[in-house]
Amino acid sequence: MLRLEGIGKRFGGLTALSGITFSVIEGSITGIIGPNGAGKTTLFNVATGIYPPSEGAVLLGEKNISALPPERRARIGLVRTFQNIELFGKMTVLENVMVGLHTQSKCGFLACSLRMPWQMSEERRIREKALEWLDFVGIPDLADVEAGALPFGKGRLLEIARAMALEPKILLMDEPAAGLNSRETAELAELIKKIRDLGVTVALVEHDMDLVMDICDQIVVLNLGTMLAQGTPREIQENPEVIAAYLGESED
Amino acid sequence: MELLQFVISGLATGSIYALIGLSFAIIFNSTGIINFAQGEFVMLGGVLTICAITLLKLPLLAAILAAVAGTTLVGIIFERFAIRPLKNATPLSLIIITIGASILIRGVVMLLFGKDTQALPAFSGTTPIEVGSATLLPQHLWIFGVTILVIIGSRLFFHHTITGKAMRACSFNRRAASLVGISVWRMVLLSFVISSALGSLAGVIIAPLTMTAYDVGVMLGLKGFCAAIMGGMGSGLGTVLGGLILGILESLGAGLLSSGYKDAIAFFILLLILFVRPQGLFKKGETERV
Amino acid sequence: MAKKKKVALKSDKIKFLVFCLVVLLAPLPFAKGYLSNVLIFVGVNSMLALGLNLLLGYAGQISLGQAAFFGLGAYGSGVLTTQFTMNPWLAMVLVAVSVALFAFLIGFPVLKLKGHYLAMATLGVGIIANIAFNETVDLTGGPSGLSGIPNLSIGGFTFDNDLKNYYLVWGFALVAILLSLNLVNSRVGRGLRAIHDSEVAARVMGVNARIMKVQVFTFSALISALAGSLYAHVVTFISPTSFSFAVSVELLTMVVIGGLGSVYGSILGALLLTLLPELLRAFQDFDIIVYGLLLISMTIYLPGGLVRGIPELFRRLVPARRGNA
Repeated sequence: MLRLEGIGKRFGGLTALSGITFSVIEGSITGIIGPNGAGKTTLFNVATGIYPPSEGAVLLGEKNISALPPERRARIGLVRTFQNIELFGKMTVLENVMVGLHTQSKCGFLACSLRMPWQMSEERRIREKALEWLDFVGIPDLADVEAGALPFGKGRLLEIARAMALEPKILLMDEPAAGLNSRETAELAELIKKIRDLGVTVALVEHDMDLVMDICDQIVVLNLGTMLAQGTPREIQENPEVIAAYLGESED
Repeated sequence: MELLQFVISGLATGSIYALIGLSFAIIFNSTGIINFAQGEFVMLGGVLTICAITLLKLPLLAAILAAVAGTTLVGIIFERFAIRPLKNATPLSLIIITIGASILIRGVVMLLFGKDTQALPAFSGTTPIEVGSATLLPQHLWIFGVTILVIIGSRLFFHHTITGKAMRACSFNRRAASLVGISVWRMVLLSFVISSALGSLAGVIIAPLTMTAYDVGVMLGLKGFCAAIMGGMGSGLGTVLGGLILGILESLGAGLLSSGYKDAIAFFILLLILFVRPQGLFKKGETERV
Repeated sequence: MAKKKKVALKSDKIKFLVFCLVVLLAPLPFAKGYLSNVLIFVGVNSMLALGLNLLLGYAGQISLGQAAFFGLGAYGSGVLTTQFTMNPWLAMVLVAVSVALFAFLIGFPVLKLKGHYLAMATLGVGIIANIAFNETVDLTGGPSGLSGIPNLSIGGFTFDNDLKNYYLVWGFALVAILLSLNLVNSRVGRGLRAIHDSEVAARVMGVNARIMKVQVFTFSALISALAGSLYAHVVTFISPTSFSFAVSVELLTMVVIGGLGSVYGSILGALLLTLLPELLRAFQDFDIIVYGLLLISMTIYLPGGLVRGIPELFRRLVPARRGNA
């Protein structure tokens, strides 16, 4: 589904990533783990087009998407969430999800300003769709709340609903469990599985090992910008190099 | 050789743009703010000097010192009451606030000192000095001298004093600087002090050549900003070169093409650089701000 | 939920109708008096402030060059109708389209810039335009201005007094307000607000930020150009000072005072800042000091502007009732 080929990224003289090559298999959940500073978030930024890669290619299906800007990648099904949830704080929860439906609606400047009849019906359609997605993540009652006022855990759910509204082929989640308590994390695990069951491929960066080992089919380990290992959760847990890399760093 | 004459006067105004550009860069580097009121500091330098001479009957040197001190005080008040109350301000609100400060200062000066254009006497007379086919005014020499001194002085300050180094540290990474015990707010205040003093000094030394009034700040400020942009918003040689190039281009353009469009030249250059090379003329590589 | 939204939509409609009624009746107490003249300029300024607010308050993109589009509209209509004796309505359409096209073209490089750089670039555009108004003396009359611009007329009906012009200008303003209200509560409006809150997140959600910013910039230029044409035909004499940097700052002040990101806030800001100098006439020259203080203090203490600040104050005084903003 998503394939990264020899991805490298340098900032000035600093090499953040080099020679990253792996595939995310369609319909699976792939976890990307690694100590702090391993380059996980940078990898997501390259994959979603926020940074251009210094070298290598990003492929979605058969298509090389390395040169596409983020909004184009979103349109063809590559969507992400952020580590420090990036909600549209001054808009309501429902409106946030409706922005997620941007790619599935098309009324432009003219139709919107003139309030054409087809614009009205499109508006109704995306409103209902947005409510369905809020329902999907379990926060339909918060539809009219301002997104900036949400507690962190609910904000995370909203971000997932907003991303799902794009009906992605693949969803990249950057530390979805960060800042969640254990009950919320457990609910999140269920939600991620539910997303996978809808046929959406998931890749996530995560520090919470229990979560990763529980839900992932495949794990990629990064260390200092390079790939350390790749395999099933079982293989990774027994990999001596991975253990060494993690023991070198104090648990946080 | 008319050309030489254009170059000389271009270098003189260019030096002024360079000084103003430096004063922009100092605040920008310590705060990330582009101070839209910077030009008003320049205006205050000239206007306050004239006031000190005519109202307080001070001798020239004392008047200049008083004007620079007065402007610096305005800079401090500005930082204290308009910049500091807003922590975590968005660029948008900072732009709006500095614009507000700019028209406030202009309005107060207009109210107190009137709308008249006034001239400051030249520092050492107006007897022209022949340089080949062109002439040089003593005031030009003052401008060149002060500019060179300021460049040397700021170089020494930023690279060879503890305080200067601390200010540079803040510009690289505020958080890290505060972690090693540098008081970021003191550095911000200091940058306003230095910047307003520098801006007003530029205003003082140009005033005998161009006259001054309550409203000269806008143009001077914008051109100084243009110089700073050409130099990539650094506080070093790039901005100085940017100012000089701008001054010469303007003077040539005014002399050879049309004087009416003189001011437009700076803005065409400004737009061109912003569109094509926002990192400045002399810097290599990407300036990625995320 | 859906029901709730319908109620909200209905109340939006009622609000707009009430507003139309107020506009319709406002000049009655003054009939032929001096104030209706001022109210015409409130209309012009409302259009300008609205244009800026769509860009600044909704999309979060600053422009310090709005006076340029206003001036291009005014001079475009002025020059075409006086020097080339073109039909004023035709000229107005032609000018509006050209200005919009111009904005569209410069929009791409300009709106690539962010924050302070965007402010400086738009400021540069504004100043270059103002220099052009001053220097193209053959066309514009230069600093001494352009006079003899005809009033607008339809058939035999000429808009030749304050009252007629009031309804003319406000007719245009109301259409602009209606279109803007529609826009901000739609897919496009949500896209713009999303860009304002987080451009990166908006783009990752598939919002084409670049195009949308250029579109709203173009729309805002279009409204400003129309306001310029109307202004030229109403006052019949124009000069470059009416389109200077100071005017761009005044527009900014209107938007900040009224309320960033509020259509009616733009109108409120325009109303206050057009009336204020008239009321302060005794203290001439005080106005820019007042503007400066307002810009600073509003941004620090009341960033939502009056349109949000007043209800907020109300709510604090009457804690039991909660209105819907």
